[in-house]
Formats: sequence, C-alpha cells, structure tokens
Amino acid sequence: MANNVHIKKTAELTDLRDDLALQLGSNVLTSEINYGELTVEVRRSSIVNILKYLRDEARCQFEVLIDICGVDWPDRENRFEVVYHLLSPRLNQRIRIKLKTTERDPVPSSIPVFPAANWFEREAYDMFGILFSDHPDLRRLLTDYGFQGHPLRKDFPLTGHVEVRYDEEQKRVVYEPVRLTQEYRSFDFQSPWDGMGCPLPGDEKASKHAIESN
Amino acid sequence: MAEKDIRQFNINFGPQHPAAHGVLRLVLELDGEVVERVDPHIGLLHRGTEKLIEHKTYLQAIGYFDRLDYVAPMNQEHAFCIATERLLDLEVPRRAQLIRVLYCEIGRILSHLLNITTQALDVGALTPPLWGFEEREKLMAFYERASGSRMHAKYFRIGGVHQDLPDKLVEDIAGFCETHEQVLDDIEGLLTHNRIFKQRNVDIGVVSLDDCFKYGFSGVMVRGSGAAWDLRRSQPYECYDELEFNIPIGKNGDCYDRYLIRMQEMRESLKIMRQCCSKLLAEERGAISSSNRKVVPPKRGEMKRSMEALIHHFKLYTEGVHVPAGEVYACVEAPKGEFGVYLIADGSNKPYRCKIRAPGFTHLAAMDFMNRGHMLADVSAILGSLDIVFGEIDR
Repeated sequence: MANNVHIKKTAELTDLRDDLALQLGSNVLTSEINYGELTVEVRRSSIVNILKYLRDEARCQFEVLIDICGVDWPDRENRFEVVYHLLSPRLNQRIRIKLKTTERDPVPSSIPVFPAANWFEREAYDMFGILFSDHPDLRRLLTDYGFQGHPLRKDFPLTGHVEVRYDEEQKRVVYEPVRLTQEYRSFDFQSPWDGMGCPLPGDEKASKHAIESN
Repeated sequence: MAEKDIRQFNINFGPQHPAAHGVLRLVLELDGEVVERVDPHIGLLHRGTEKLIEHKTYLQAIGYFDRLDYVAPMNQEHAFCIATERLLDLEVPRRAQLIRVLYCEIGRILSHLLNITTQALDVGALTPPLWGFEEREKLMAFYERASGSRMHAKYFRIGGVHQDLPDKLVEDIAGFCETHEQVLDDIEGLLTHNRIFKQRNVDIGVVSLDDCFKYGFSGVMVRGSGAAWDLRRSQPYECYDELEFNIPIGKNGDCYDRYLIRMQEMRESLKIMRQCCSKLLAEERGAISSSNRKVVPPKRGEMKRSMEALIHHFKLYTEGVHVPAGEVYACVEAPKGEFGVYLIADGSNKPYRCKIRAPGFTHLAAMDFMNRGHMLADVSAILGSLDIVFGEIDR
C-alpha cells in the first residue's frame, strides 16, 4: 500500500520535473529526483519569476513557502547555495529550489511572492552574509546587537570570536576576545580501513625505503 | 493635531515579560491603545544549534533537538531521526514505530496543555495552569520511565528507540488515557464557556486561510482557519496511516478556534495513545531498533559476549555512523506545526548542514501582520494562541 503511494508520487514528480523544464526553459539549470524529492536548480536572476510561476500555475500550486536557507560550500566558485522549500497543500506535493550566489552578488528578494520570506531572508543574511536585493528590512535577526561576522559560514570558528561577562567594577556587561581554558577537541575520524585515499603519516617512508633499496 | 502627537508612543514588551512566553522583545508602536506596528526582536535564546550540530556526530546531534521546543522534546528528535534514516535507507521495526507514535502523542499533549493553560493565564485565569501542570507532571514521569530523563530524553535513536518499554509502563500510560479525559473536561469547564475567556479570544487575531498560506503557517494555525491539513494524515510517517483519529478544524481562524482545536486534538491524541498501548500489549514483542549493526549499537549484554559487538559498540560511540552523501527534507507534525529538518550529508560522520525549520518561526514572523489594528491587551492573547516557544525559534 505504502509502496504504491510511493510509486505514484515518483511518477507525479517526474511529470512535474519535465513540465518545469519545458515551461521555464533555460532558467532551469538542473533538476533531479532523489529520495523521493524533486530538486530544481535555477538561475539566480529568475528566482522571483519562478516562485511566482510555481505559486500561480494550476499544475503546481506551491502556495506555502516552508523554508529558505543558505548552505556554505567554501571550495566552490559560487560559494553559497540558497535553498527554497515549497509545499502545495492542495496537491500534497513538495519541491526544492536551489540557486547559487557569492558574498557580493545579491539574490532578488522573494517577499513580493511570499511574505513569509521576510524573516527567512533576514536569517540567511545574518547567518551567512547572503545579500537579498529589494528586501525592505535586511537587519540581523538571531545574533546579538552589534554582532560581527556570519556564524554559519564554514570559516567561522565554533567558539566565536568574543565572549561576554558581567564586570563587577564597571557594572556592565563587557565583551572580550574568547579565551579557551581547554583547546577545542577535534578528532580525526579518517578511518585507515576504508578507501586508503590518504596515506597515514609515516607511510611515505616505507615507499621511499623501497625505492632506495632498489 | 497636537493631541494626536501625544497619543503616539513606543513601548517595549519583554524580554522579561511573563506573557512573552520566554525571551521575546516586542517593540510596539502604539496609537493610544491601538497597535500600529510590531517589531519582534528575537535571538535572545540563540545557542547556535545548527552550528553545533555541524561539529557533532549524528548520535550527538539528537540531544540538541530536545532543547529546541523543550515542551515536546521527542517530536523534534523524531524529525531528525527520520531524515537520517531516509539517507541511510533504514527500516524502523514495527514496535519502535508504535513506541515513537505513542511518545509523540504524549509530547503533543504536553505541549497543548502548556499552551492552553498559559494562554488562559495570559488573559487572566489562574486555575487552569495549576490543573494542567499536574497532568504534565504525570506525562513527564512517563518520559522519565522510558528514557531516564523528564525532558531532554534523547530517546529516539537512528533506526528505532533506545530501550524497550516494560509492560507495566504501557499499562500505566493506558491508565492515564482513561483518567486524563476527566481533567480535560474540567479544564474545558473552566474555559470554553467562560465569559472573560471568550471576550478576550473570540474574533481576536483572525487569519484567513489565504493569509495562512502566504505567511507559511502550519499546524493548528492553518487548521484553525479551516484547512484539514495534518501531516500525520496527508503525508503519513511511521504507522499513523493505520491509526484512527480525527482532525479537528476551525471555522473563524481566531484565537478561540485555535484554543478549541488544541483541546480537541488532545482528545484525539488520547485516542491514538490508547490504540498504541493496546497494540503494544497485544502484539508480540519485536525488535525496538533496526538490526543493521553498522548503524545501531549493540546492547550491553550482547557486548559482553561477542567481540564483534564490542568493536561495533566502540566504533559507533566514538566515530559514529558515516551517512552517505545526499540531502533530504524530513518533517513531522509537531504540536506547533510542521517541524522540518533539512539535512545535507557529505559522507562523513557529521552532518554537513542541518537546517531546522521551526513552526513557531513563521508564526512569530507574522506578528506584525496579525496585530495591526488590535488593542494592546490583545497582543498577549494573540501571542498566546500562536503557541510560541523560544527554544525552537531562536535555535
């Protein structure tokens, strides 16, 4: 029973994927179905139009914006991914829209299509420094007043840069550079058993030895 | 003209206000007593959960989910476990599914009891919290008897649950289901036809269904406005599709309808719990977690006898599970709405990114929209009916 539902769902998703590729043309870069979820990567500049299409088109009806979030991939040329999750309660369907951007290139704000985007975009700006153009109120959301940096970037340390305490003499809360009494423990979980992609330190001596003795 | 200028003023609501349900700072712009603009300042409880999860193994990450919506901890763990299980392609055994559903419904009652009674408190009724909290105490005892902890249970694990329930516990939960109905009747007797409670809630904070969808609402908020949308029914997970329950919906989309729905949902939860209890007692005692030894650690007894089990135990509790690369979005119908986890795995033993989609976040984001034109006193009534818990909003 559950299996049949699953197959039906996948067929619907495949239809939807082909339909989107046809309707949106070159604005859709890639689209794939994994784990029963449809992911569509789109051109950054076209995001507002695409969201509007997905909301208004009778075959889509993605009326609810579930979530917008950033993902940081520091090694990539376009560092950030912005991921939109949409839901259609009428058709009981979900879709994931992705686009790529950098620290400097702003993403068009989707507030005109979904008012719910307001805080999600503020959060993405706060956490990653992703800029949204035409956002009416792009302030920080979750971090402290006057906070520096963007905490969810991969190059931001887990401990942060400052710590706060109440200073008895100055009678106020003071900010100081973070001091760790114990170094943060980061374990190397690279298993020597699977893959052997990277040689263990010291292994190179063995091969050098072999070359010399030859 | 001059008189009008005097009437304009700003006030700070919170962050230490008892009706702010935690640490919320609302900057209110008022015209006399009428709210013109609301600017919620959140983040006072921001603990960097998502960042921390990126630095922890999958097993360690579960504990952080208890601390999000701390009035219904296991519902959150559930979403994360489902996401990870989907990436690992893991089947959860039947008994574990029943236990999970049972405890999710306990969580729903925990949350709704807290919300209804504190909402009553916000509008001036003191007795409901006293009665409701006594019941919560009993439910938390069930949490403790299953997991060892009253709140931060960490009981749902990847592939199942941590430990099996003794029959006595299941019988006691079934016993609770019988007596709790009476308490709900009592609380309802205090509130439902109470003149003051109705004056404060009826026709306050009305949202149309279109606006609900526009602002990304979920859970009780959309059901209050008339949509029979419940993930337990529309996108069933675990064994919800074989359980019998109704989805109460409202007509007017106001605070009072949302209160009535929560009240009714608790009764439906009791119905589900009763079914789970009888199934757990009647069916054969099966496994409570997946048998995949590369994911689920062996029990201690087994570890004492088998070398392989010892190795698995050591590897799983130090290094943890390596989850294959991929991304999933898994969501559950938490008491407050759709709680989702967007998980990106990169093949290592830690999540690459774990975005937590909290239902309260979108609800609070719409505070400005919902409060405009209402009176100052309605702010706390609307806030109460949104069911806000800061653990999940600030993360």
